[in-house]
Amino acid sequence: MLRTKPWTPYLYLAPVSLLMLFVFGYPLAAIFDFSMRRIRGASGPFIGLENYRQIFKDDVFQQAILHNAQLLLAVPILVLVGIVLAVLLYERVAGWRVYRTILFAPFIIAIPVIGVVFSNMLSLNGAVNELLRAIGLGFLALDWLGSAQMALWSVMAIIIWHEMGFGVVLFLARLLSLNEEIQEAARIDGAGWWQRLWYVTIPQLKDVTEFYAVVSVITMLAWVFPFVYVMTRGGPGNATQVMELYIFNFAFRNSLPGIASAVAVILFLITLALMIPLFQLRARAEMEGIE
Amino acid sequence: MSVREMQAAPLESVTGVARAGAPRRRIDLSVVVKQLVLLLAAMTVLLPAYFMVITPLKTQEAYALSKLGFPTQIYLGNFETALRGGRFFLWFGNSIILSVGAVALSTFFAALGAFATSRMNFRGRNVLLSVISSLMVIPPVVMLIPLFLLLTRLKMTSTYPGAILVYAGMLAPFSVYLLNNFFRTIPHEIIESALMDGASPFDILFRIMLPLSSPAMMTLITVNMLWVWNDLLIALVLLPEDGMRTLMVGITVFGSRYNADVPVSMAGMLMASVPIFLIYLFGQRYFIRGLVAGAIKG
Repeated sequence: MLRTKPWTPYLYLAPVSLLMLFVFGYPLAAIFDFSMRRIRGASGPFIGLENYRQIFKDDVFQQAILHNAQLLLAVPILVLVGIVLAVLLYERVAGWRVYRTILFAPFIIAIPVIGVVFSNMLSLNGAVNELLRAIGLGFLALDWLGSAQMALWSVMAIIIWHEMGFGVVLFLARLLSLNEEIQEAARIDGAGWWQRLWYVTIPQLKDVTEFYAVVSVITMLAWVFPFVYVMTRGGPGNATQVMELYIFNFAFRNSLPGIASAVAVILFLITLALMIPLFQLRARAEMEGIE
Repeated sequence: MSVREMQAAPLESVTGVARAGAPRRRIDLSVVVKQLVLLLAAMTVLLPAYFMVITPLKTQEAYALSKLGFPTQIYLGNFETALRGGRFFLWFGNSIILSVGAVALSTFFAALGAFATSRMNFRGRNVLLSVISSLMVIPPVVMLIPLFLLLTRLKMTSTYPGAILVYAGMLAPFSVYLLNNFFRTIPHEIIESALMDGASPFDILFRIMLPLSSPAMMTLITVNMLWVWNDLLIALVLLPEDGMRTLMVGITVFGSRYNADVPVSMAGMLMASVPIFLIYLFGQRYFIRGLVAGAIKG
């Protein structure tokens, strides 16, 4: 540690702290205040918990929460796909570097681009249905994003497509930091591929798996706005309505920032609750040498 | 082992494949299955990319006949139409100004702050560090309403400074977190000897810590640039004027406008993606390392 005058550290911290007070501190305090006011324009009268009562009565909000919850189904899929693909890359299957580059690429591509490309590919006369018809599965062809039953699941598939590479890279980094003698010992003892995956690799990946699962839960609950906004705007009807879009619509389309702030408070509290396991897991993962 | 070290690790040291595989002659069935699984995954990833590259080269008629087929004749008119229909250069320019501005500001401020958190003693240090790492998880949509009302009152919506301040603030927690962790790994002896030579804390940060941190800096800058570049929500809300649109907002509008003309729409998407793609191919390790380190920064 440097020996400094007592106020020197605060001087160094001042610019970044002011910036964070402006972007996080003030807004986080303000949403609690706004959520208890009937706001028109910039401010309005105090109405207690009325906004909260309103949103919980609102069908659309209930659907939004339900859809966020349904999107959580992507979490186990992401974990499974991530582990399997990472294990294959770890085994140095021929061309693994190229595969790694390809598999990680969707994570870099801008979500609006992904959204526009997939909405075209998934339309009734789009490329995906053409492909299905070509391989004799034409009976499966449907308007993937336009059908109320299918839209949310299609959005979920696209989110998985985008997020998958991150899991692969995370699991791969962990695998490469493991002691391979255990794998080798299992191999010598005659354990097959599946047995090694199930009894050796998966237990060894436990911490990263938990960490990745929590990160993915947060993603599904609070970071899906651009997918939904670009591809469906929450439709058809409210079939793909989610909390973030609900906030956006109420704040910036319907000009009801009070209602929107109440939802923002709820979303904030949800992420806050998820932070506790996240930090415990991250601390553990860090100790074990994951960057 | 870090991602970087793993790239350097020789094949044989990590698996027994090379040793065990050499004497065997027959083709192992499991190798075929593994290749098939990876090939399928790679093709799933590449199909949309293929679609985005191939479609703009077709006329609308050719597209109507076959969505995935190779074009019989290469047609470049879609790019022209796209460039006339969308203000791509303006959008690119706006995105560049915002991401460079926000990343420069947040990196500079974060370096000052991280220097204090990593190398100086003060009251509340641990509390500050845990607050900073919790801020990384909060989605921007939560803060957006007060920020929008505040910027409206200050007449700073649709201005570069307003948006740059907000973006820089969003990046600040992750930047401090990463730099703090990196600064801690710099051996104390180096700093000690500089102190002997009469260096001030300011000198130590700018002459010693920052030059030694260039790999961490590259990672940080890559990830943060990508974050601002790819943001849709903040740009949508804080930059509502047409002339202030970023590339992400621009292509979203463009995509719905050319909804019926898929080849033109794809021409636009392709043009918007090429720069990032090239950067990814050359700077892959910075992306991978940074995003793994950032984990939750999406």
